Amino acid sequence: MITTDILIIGAGPTGLFTVFEAGLLKLKCHLIDALPQPGGQCSEIYPKKPIYDIPAYPEILAGDLTDKLIEQTKQFKPGFTLGERAETIDKQEDGTFIVRTNKGTKHHAKIVAIAGGLGSFEPRKPLIENIAKFEDKGVEYIIKEPEIYRDKKVVISGGGDSALDWAIFLSNIASEVTLIHRRNEFRGALDSVEKVQELKNLGKIRLITPAEVKGILGTDKVTGVAVEKKDEAAFIVDADHFIPLFGLSPKLGPIGNWGLEIEKNAIKVNNALDYQTNIPGVYAIGDVNTYPGKLKLILCGFHEATLMCQSAYKRIFPDKKYVMKYTTVGGVDGFDGTRKEAPKAVVKAIQ
Amino acid sequence: MSLDINIKITDRNGVTHDVVAPTDMAMNLMEVIRSYELAEEGTIGICGGMAMCASCQCYVKSDHELPEMSDDEDAMLAEAFHVEDNSRLGCQIQMTSEIDGLEVVLAPES
Repeated sequence: MITTDILIIGAGPTGLFTVFEAGLLKLKCHLIDALPQPGGQCSEIYPKKPIYDIPAYPEILAGDLTDKLIEQTKQFKPGFTLGERAETIDKQEDGTFIVRTNKGTKHHAKIVAIAGGLGSFEPRKPLIENIAKFEDKGVEYIIKEPEIYRDKKVVISGGGDSALDWAIFLSNIASEVTLIHRRNEFRGALDSVEKVQELKNLGKIRLITPAEVKGILGTDKVTGVAVEKKDEAAFIVDADHFIPLFGLSPKLGPIGNWGLEIEKNAIKVNNALDYQTNIPGVYAIGDVNTYPGKLKLILCGFHEATLMCQSAYKRIFPDKKYVMKYTTVGGVDGFDGTRKEAPKAVVKAIQ
Repeated sequence: MSLDINIKITDRNGVTHDVVAPTDMAMNLMEVIRSYELAEEGTIGICGGMAMCASCQCYVKSDHELPEMSDDEDAMLAEAFHVEDNSRLGCQIQMTSEIDGLEVVLAPES
């Protein structure tokens, strides 16, 4: 089991900066994120978009900002559980928490700080009436093990990079690959579009456009999909697997079932005090929380993380006296043995 | 000359609202809808207005000539659900005097 002082759920800018502020207070942090790398939506969705409202940076790319935040946390040696989603939370008798992920990784922490941003990014599911019935029975939104498609009939739907890339990849594995897209045009990388065209010409990919999958056939597992094509009668395509690839959409996810007070898809916190939720010891900071006057800005997430860490310290060490110090005065002691401090002034007597 | 324009917005419950929108505050349609609270917080403008989520998709009912779609908007609408021929992303429609009298219907949440 992973043990830490503060377990941070979400490794976006707010979660990462929490590591620094906690580190100043000698508190150790561990972060969980559903994405395979830290940085949150800044690194996953728009790493090349400039941000203009970070103090002291007239302009900085989102990806560069997260790189710098990661660099800033390194001296405090945070732990990471990446590619896993925080699933359950159990409060222990001593007031600490055990958080398990969807892959069963257990974390034990004195404090839980939810910095989940817009939530965990989950596949966007098409609006097909009976689709839920076939999930994991032939309908997959994410391809985890390509080998399960060997010698099978696969229908992919979508028009972006994922749909194109997987259609190309699976054309060497599956017995049949059908790509269905609502438009004739594909918006993926030019190379991928050209490759799909080539594989279509070779008969290795069947392309059906402009069309949509409107139904799934089968009893215990997928046997086919019902397709509607513009100006044609609906028809059936035989399939062992249906893979809809329509990108990712942020959802609050399992955190929504933790007994937290939710308002407008966000977690209510006490902003007048310390951004604590209705569960003592569980905080919510950054875009995931809500309170009167809330602004969803990275800047505000940094502020909330700072105040939250001070409150967390008092909760962990209720009997210790603590005075907030400035890094300009106290320097920074890293957990890796490094020390940063301002050079001492040389005092000379005037003769 | 007034810097405000009038827009008719039909919300997801089918209620039509006559809204006055400023043209001098660099607002887009998604932000106008949010400022008038015509859709529940957390269900619109999720990506912040970068044409990356389609939560502000709307159907344009009037015959105003709107700015051409950017590649980002077009790509998002190619992936979104409930898309019709008159679909646009609210976050990509800036408030300008040219769209005075615009009529839109918010697409269902998905």
